[in-house]
Amino acid sequence: MECLTHPAGVSVLGMLAGIIGVIALVAVNALFLIWMERKVSAHMQLRPGPMEVGWHGAIQTVADALKLMGKELITPRDVDRPVYLAAPIVVFLPVLLTFLVIPFSQTLIIRDMNVGILLILAFAALTVLAILMAGWASNNKYSVLGAIRSVAQNIAYEIPLLITLMSIILMVGSFSLVDIVAAQKTYWFVLVQPLAFILYLTCATAETNRAPFDLPEAESELVAGFHTEYSGMRFALFFLAEYTNMFIVAAIATVFFLGGWHGPFLPGIAWFFIKVYFVIFMIMWFRWTFPRVRFDQLITFAWKILIPLAFANLIITAFIMKLR
Amino acid sequence: MVSYFKEILTGFASLLGGMAVTIRYFFKPIVTVQYPREKIIMTPRFRGHTQFILDPETGTHRCIACELCVRTCPSQLITMKGVKLDTKKKVPWMYVIEYQYCSLCGLCIEVCPTTSLEWSDEYRLAGFTREDSVFDIFARLQNQQRLAGLPVTPVPEHPAEGEAEPEGEVQA
Repeated sequence: MECLTHPAGVSVLGMLAGIIGVIALVAVNALFLIWMERKVSAHMQLRPGPMEVGWHGAIQTVADALKLMGKELITPRDVDRPVYLAAPIVVFLPVLLTFLVIPFSQTLIIRDMNVGILLILAFAALTVLAILMAGWASNNKYSVLGAIRSVAQNIAYEIPLLITLMSIILMVGSFSLVDIVAAQKTYWFVLVQPLAFILYLTCATAETNRAPFDLPEAESELVAGFHTEYSGMRFALFFLAEYTNMFIVAAIATVFFLGGWHGPFLPGIAWFFIKVYFVIFMIMWFRWTFPRVRFDQLITFAWKILIPLAFANLIITAFIMKLR
Repeated sequence: MVSYFKEILTGFASLLGGMAVTIRYFFKPIVTVQYPREKIIMTPRFRGHTQFILDPETGTHRCIACELCVRTCPSQLITMKGVKLDTKKKVPWMYVIEYQYCSLCGLCIEVCPTTSLEWSDEYRLAGFTREDSVFDIFARLQNQQRLAGLPVTPVPEHPAEGEAEPEGEVQA
């Protein structure tokens, strides 16, 4: 925790640039991802998707966002007001903080902390709290059911997620994301840890509450889950957080398995974004391929398959590292 | 223990199979037609509204203004007015259908003694007013001739648009 107690390399200008950069990235990323999601889903169903606003509907999401800003913010009468109002902010702040340690290229990183991945996972876990707050404070049975499901699911899937990442951390011997990327100069870890990569992608899909694990907001049974009672920009904040979470889990996959900024010809930052959006494309691909699982199947899958496999992978990795 | 791993592997293989299907569809060409901007070629037996057949020999219509189609139409939606060019030959100078009443029965086409009518392939017929679905077949023929580069059949000289006069002529 040395870097937290001795903030020697921090300049005010650098912090300001970092904050502005991250907020711009979050906004542009969400707008792009919604458009990409609609395009990917459309093409998988032989449709063109949005085509009217801008080139191939490219600024359709900008129009949608403008519309959302103009909407009335409705607060239902019987909600728990302070918690209800705090939930969208609580869901969004940890998402912003995790950008602190993501290495976009060799030099472009806000702070290289030696607790990097722990910081990301700790803040990502706060999302669950926000979802529970939103669901509980809404005073709506669908919301609270969605929130309960989300908590059960996220806790179940965080365990294999941590264990699979732990096997990489064992290989590198560092929690810092920069060290982990630097260790992949000769080969990417997806080549030596394919099982861990598959397990991580599965858990990441579940962590971001996306299909086939989108039970917290299963629209056919729970209206919209925990954000049923939210409208306008409050709803947009949940949406923004969801898509930014997608970016973060894809960024972690890139850093841990796909070699981060390493790649020929193009600059490091271009490679980083190409890999991140490829992983996001994979997650979208899952969504439009697999049907939603039942809740008991979801929990069984986590505890009976993912966690034993993750443990086996960790133990085998530990053995090999010890024998080398 | 063996069955546990076997189940995982077969399940994983089936998941990959599903993903192979969706990625194959992802790269297939899309089938949606951007409706107001694109036009598709209709099948030859498509029934749009009726239109005059453009006779390839004479380069014009074959209508003799016998009014059989007007009489046979169950919805009475055809308004046709003919004029005698000389003692023998009679031609229409006005042929209008009120398409909103048409049931596409095709009796007008069947009954025509000179087979001068056919189904058009026009399917973009949406309009904002009732008048948008009233089609002037004669004007449409002139348009077809213009598109085909043929000499345009002029509207024949006709008596002034009175009420009693043309009908009286037909009944006489």
